Amino acid sequence: MAQTKKQRFYIRTVILVVLTIAIVFTVYSNLTKEKNAVLQVGDKAPDFVLVDMDGNEHRLSDYKGEGIFLNFWGTWCKPCATEMPAMDNQYGVYKDLGVQTLAINIGESDLKVNSFVNRYGLSFPVAIDRNKSVMELYNIDPLPTTFLINPDGRIEKIIKGQMTEQDIANYMDQVKPS
Amino acid sequence: MVAVSSTLLFIAFVAYLVATFLFGGAVKSSSSEATKSFERWGKLAISVTIIGFISNLGYFITRWIAAGHAPVSNLFEFTTAFGMMVVGAFILIYFIYRIPALGLFALPIAVLIIAYASMFPRDITPLIPALKSYWLTIHVITAALGESILAISAVAGLIWLLKNIDLTKKSKQRFWIEAVMYVCVLVLGFVAATTTFSLADYKAEYNYVNKEEKVLKMEYHMPAIFGMNESTAITENAMTPLVEMPALVNAKKLTVVTWSVLFGTVLYILLRLILRKRIAAVLQPFAKKANSQFMDEIGYRSVLIGFPVFTLGALIFAMIWAHEAWSRFWGWDPKEVWALITWLFYAVFLHLRLTKGWHGEKSAWLALIGFIIIMFNLVAVNLIIAGLHSYA
Amino acid sequence: MDKIVCTCGNVNPAGTELCESCGRPLNQETKEKKLVDMRYEGSARRSQTYNKTIIDKIWNFFSSVKVGMWIIVSILVAAAIGTILPQVFYVPATTEADIAAYYERIYGTFGKLYYELGLSDLYSSWWFQTLIGMLGISLVIASLDRVIPLYKSLKKQQTKRHISFLKRQRIYGIGEIEASNESIDKAEEKLKTMRYKVKRDGNAILAERGRFSRWGPYVNHTGLIIFLLGVMLRAIPGFYVDETMWLREGETLYIPKTDGYFLESKEFTYETYSKEESSEVFGEAIDRVGSIAKNYQTDVALYKGADDAVAGKPDELEFVKDSSIQVNKPLKFDNFSVFQMDFRLDELKAMKFQLQDKETQESFGDFTIDLSDPQPIYELQNGYKVEILDYYADFTGFEEGVPQSKSPLPNNPAFLVKMYSPEFPKGETSFVMIKETLEPLGENKHKIAFQSVETRDVSGLTIRKDLTLPILMLGGLIFMIGVAQGSYWNHRRIWIQRLEDGQVVIAAHTNKNWLSIMKDIDAVSVVANLPKYEDQQDLDSKAEKGEGV
Repeated sequence: MAQTKKQRFYIRTVILVVLTIAIVFTVYSNLTKEKNAVLQVGDKAPDFVLVDMDGNEHRLSDYKGEGIFLNFWGTWCKPCATEMPAMDNQYGVYKDLGVQTLAINIGESDLKVNSFVNRYGLSFPVAIDRNKSVMELYNIDPLPTTFLINPDGRIEKIIKGQMTEQDIANYMDQVKPS
Repeated sequence: MVAVSSTLLFIAFVAYLVATFLFGGAVKSSSSEATKSFERWGKLAISVTIIGFISNLGYFITRWIAAGHAPVSNLFEFTTAFGMMVVGAFILIYFIYRIPALGLFALPIAVLIIAYASMFPRDITPLIPALKSYWLTIHVITAALGESILAISAVAGLIWLLKNIDLTKKSKQRFWIEAVMYVCVLVLGFVAATTTFSLADYKAEYNYVNKEEKVLKMEYHMPAIFGMNESTAITENAMTPLVEMPALVNAKKLTVVTWSVLFGTVLYILLRLILRKRIAAVLQPFAKKANSQFMDEIGYRSVLIGFPVFTLGALIFAMIWAHEAWSRFWGWDPKEVWALITWLFYAVFLHLRLTKGWHGEKSAWLALIGFIIIMFNLVAVNLIIAGLHSYA
Repeated sequence: MDKIVCTCGNVNPAGTELCESCGRPLNQETKEKKLVDMRYEGSARRSQTYNKTIIDKIWNFFSSVKVGMWIIVSILVAAAIGTILPQVFYVPATTEADIAAYYERIYGTFGKLYYELGLSDLYSSWWFQTLIGMLGISLVIASLDRVIPLYKSLKKQQTKRHISFLKRQRIYGIGEIEASNESIDKAEEKLKTMRYKVKRDGNAILAERGRFSRWGPYVNHTGLIIFLLGVMLRAIPGFYVDETMWLREGETLYIPKTDGYFLESKEFTYETYSKEESSEVFGEAIDRVGSIAKNYQTDVALYKGADDAVAGKPDELEFVKDSSIQVNKPLKFDNFSVFQMDFRLDELKAMKFQLQDKETQESFGDFTIDLSDPQPIYELQNGYKVEILDYYADFTGFEEGVPQSKSPLPNNPAFLVKMYSPEFPKGETSFVMIKETLEPLGENKHKIAFQSVETRDVSGLTIRKDLTLPILMLGGLIFMIGVAQGSYWNHRRIWIQRLEDGQVVIAAHTNKNWLSIMKDIDAVSVVANLPKYEDQQDLDSKAEKGEGV
C-alpha cells in the first residue's frame, strides 16, 4: 500500500512537472519570439561575400583575428547619414589596431551609393547587398543597425539606431584584438 | 438555368410553408394517436416536405451548374443552403423518431432562414481569387451541414421548453421563452421591412466621411433614420437623417436594424392583440403532445451527430483550406474564432450532459443558446465584425 | 483508505460505488438512489479518493470536469472579447506608437482602453496561452483518471449481476413468465443475430454491443493533446517560418530563411471578370459591385545558390523551376511554401526624358533612366549628354538646401542633373522632378522634358514553413476518429436473469439512444417471452399512465 502510494505520488509529480515545463516554455518562447528568431549576441556571425564600390571582394571569414564593425545603412536614412562621418574618423584610428569597418547598403543603386560616399568622403569599404541576402541573414530592422564582431568571429553586440562618435570609438575598442 | 433555379427555390419555400400546416394538423390529431387521421396527416406532411426538399436540392444543383461553382459563395447562397440542410437534417431525424411536432417547429425556422437569406443580393457572383478552390465546396457544405444538424437540437430544445415551462406563472423561463419568440418575429420584421421598401423601390444616396476621413457614397434602401458621419444627401428629396452617427458606426446597417425592430415590434404587438395570449402560449398546445424524454434524446442525439460534422467542416477542413489560401491554418479571424467558440460551447454542452447530468431543461436551454451562437456567427460576424470572411 | 470487499467476494478499490463484479451498491448513498449513476460504471475515480499531498490536490484540481469546463468557458469568453475590435495583426500600423494611436483615433476611448488592457493582442497574451495550456493539462489528467478505472471495471464485470444493481437501471422489468428457461435461450439466440456479444452464466445473460464507443472520448482527447503538442512545437526554432517579401517584376531576391533559394518575378498579373467573357450569369453582380477580381498571379522562377555558396554573391544561381503563384496555389519546394498574399500595381520602373531647347523645344535626343539603377552619364548624339549627379527616389523637399528622400522606393523620383551641349561644355545644372524643374544655378537654355514612364508591379509574398503540420493533421485525424467512435456508436447492455424465486428480470443500459435499445428489447420480446419493462426515467409516459390515457 505504502509502496503504491509513493509510486502514485512520483508518477503524478513527474506528469505535472513535464506538462508545466512544456507550457511555460511554450508561453515564454512565444512571448519572446521576435527576439530569438534573429541573431543573438554570442552567435557566430554568418559568413558573406560582397564587392565594395572599388571592386574589392570582402569575405567576412577572411577577417578572422580582426574585430569587425559591420554597419547596415541606407542613403535615405537620416541617422545613417549622421553617424557616417564619425564612423569614418574612427575607422582612421582603429583600422591599424585590427578593427575593420564594413558598411553595407541595402539594395540601392550604384549611382546613389557613389554620390553618397563622395559627398561624405568615406574611406572605409562600402558594399551593396543587391539581392538583400545579407540583410535577411542578419535580420536587419531598422536602419541603421550595427553588428560588433569580435576576432573569434562571434557577435559581441548588436546596436540598433544611431551612435555618437564616442559610442563608435568605445565599440571599436571593445572588439580590438588583444 | 438561373430562372429555373429561382423557381425551384420558390417551390421549395411554398412546400415548406404548406408542410408546416400539415404537421400542425398531424400534431392536432395525434391525441388519438393510433387513428388513421394522424397517419394520414403525418404522411402527407412529410411527403410535402420531401417534395420541397427535392425542389430545394434542384435549386442548389441548377445554380451550381449555372455558376460553375457550389452556390455557397455569398451570404444569400450560404444562408439558403443552411436552411435547406436544416430541412434535410429534420427529414433524417424524422425518420428515426417520427415526431410531427418536430416538423411543426423545424420547418418554420427553415422558412424564416430562407426568407432572411432572400433579402440579400441574389445575383450569382463570380468567385474572387481567395474562394477559387475546391475547398470552398468541401469546407462550406460540411460546415453548414454540421450547423444545421446542431440546429435541430435547438428545435427539440424549444419544443421541450414550450411543453414544460409553466406559462401561467410569472418566471424567468416564461420571460426568456417569449423573448425567443419575439426574436423570431423580429427576423420576420426584417423580411417585412426589406420587402416593403424594395417594393416601394426606395433609394437614397448620401455622401459621407469615413473613419479614414475620405468622402464616400452610400446608398440607402430604407429611409435613413440614422445618417452616416457628416452625411449630405445626393438624391433629391431624400429624407434628412434623424440622428447622425460618428464615423465608427455604419449608420446604414443601424437603420436596417432599427426598421426591422420597428416592423417586428409592430408585428409582435399586432399578434398579441389578435391572439390575446403570449406567442409561447399559443404554441404550447402543439408542444404538449411531444414526449419530453424523446425531445431530450433528439436534442442530445442531434448534437452528437452534428458535432463531429461541424468539427470536420468548420474547423478541420477550414484549417486545411486556410493553410492553402492564406498561408496559415489559423489566424484568429473573427469568423474562425466564432467557429471555435461554437465548438467549445458544444463541447461544454456534451460534458455537462455526460458528467453533470444536465438533462431536460438545462440541456434544452443550452441547445437554444448554441443555436444563437451559430446564428450570431452567421449574421452578426458577417455584417458587423469585418474580417476575411465578410465577402457578402 | 481501505479496499472495499463486496458480499460477492470481489475486492474493489477504495471509493468504488458499484461492485466491479456483481454491481451491488457499496455505500449508503448509492443504496438510497432509485437509479444508479452508470457514468464510470460506479468505479472509483482515482482523483476523488486520495487527497493528501499538494501534488494530489493539484492533480485533483485538473482532474475535475467542472474545472475543465470553467477553463473552456474562460477561453470561450476571452476569445469572444478578442473579436470585438480587430486584433493588432489586422490593423494597418506597425510600430507600438502607431498602433496605440490607431486604436484611439478609430475607436475612441473604448479603443484606447481595449489597447491598453492588451485585448488588442489577446491571443498572444501570456494569460490566454496559459489558459490553453491549462486546458491541455486538464485533458491529460482528467482522461488518465477516468479511462483506467473504466477499463478495469468493464473488464471485470460479470454476467450475473445482483438484483440491487439491476433494479436501479433505467430500463427495468420483472415478472413471472412461463417457460422462462426456454425464453432465455431464445433471447440469447435473437440477441446474437442482432450483433450483440452474448455471455451466458447459468440463468443469466449479458448481451453487450459497441463497448468500444466508450473509448471514444479518450481517443478524441488524445487527438486534442497531440494537436496541442503540435502547436507547442512551433515555439522550437526551425519548426516554423513565417516571413514576407516584396518582389518587383524583373527582380531576383533571396527568399528569407530558406537554404539559399532565390526567387525571380517575371510578371505579376491582376485580372478582373469582364462582362463579355462571363456570359449573362455574372452580369448583374458585376453591374452591382463594379469590378470583381478574378486572379492575382505572380509568374516566378526559382533558383538555388550553390550548396557551399556564401550570402551576398549574386552569381552562380542554379535554375530550379518556373511556377505561377496564385491565391490558393502556392509555390512549394523543400518544406517551404510561397503564397500570393498582396500586391502593389504600377510602381515606377523607368522614366523616359528628352533633352530639349527650352524655347524652341528642339529635341537633342531621348534617354531612359532605370530607377533601380540610374547611370551616371547618358550620352546623346552630336556631343550632347546628360550627367546624373544625384537621385532622390522618394523626394520630399529640401532641408537647408539639401534635397531629401524619405525612402528608397521610387514614389516621387527627382534628379540633380547636368546637361552638356556644344554651347555649354561645362554644363547647365537642373533639378528635375515629375511635374516641375528647378534651376538652382541660374537660368538654363536647355531642359529635360519628361516623356513617359514604365511601371512594374510588386508582388507581396508570404514564405511559410511549418513542420508541425503532420502532427496537427495526426491530432485532427485521431480526434475525428475518437469523436465519431463516441458519437456514432453506443454501448448497449441488456441483462436477462432468472432469479432464485423463478421471476425473470430484464434490465438494460446504454450510454445514449435509449429509444434504440428499447426497440432492441422489443425485437427480442417478439421471439422470447420476457417481462414488461419500463423506462424508469420517462416521467411523461408515467404521467400518461397515471392519467389512464
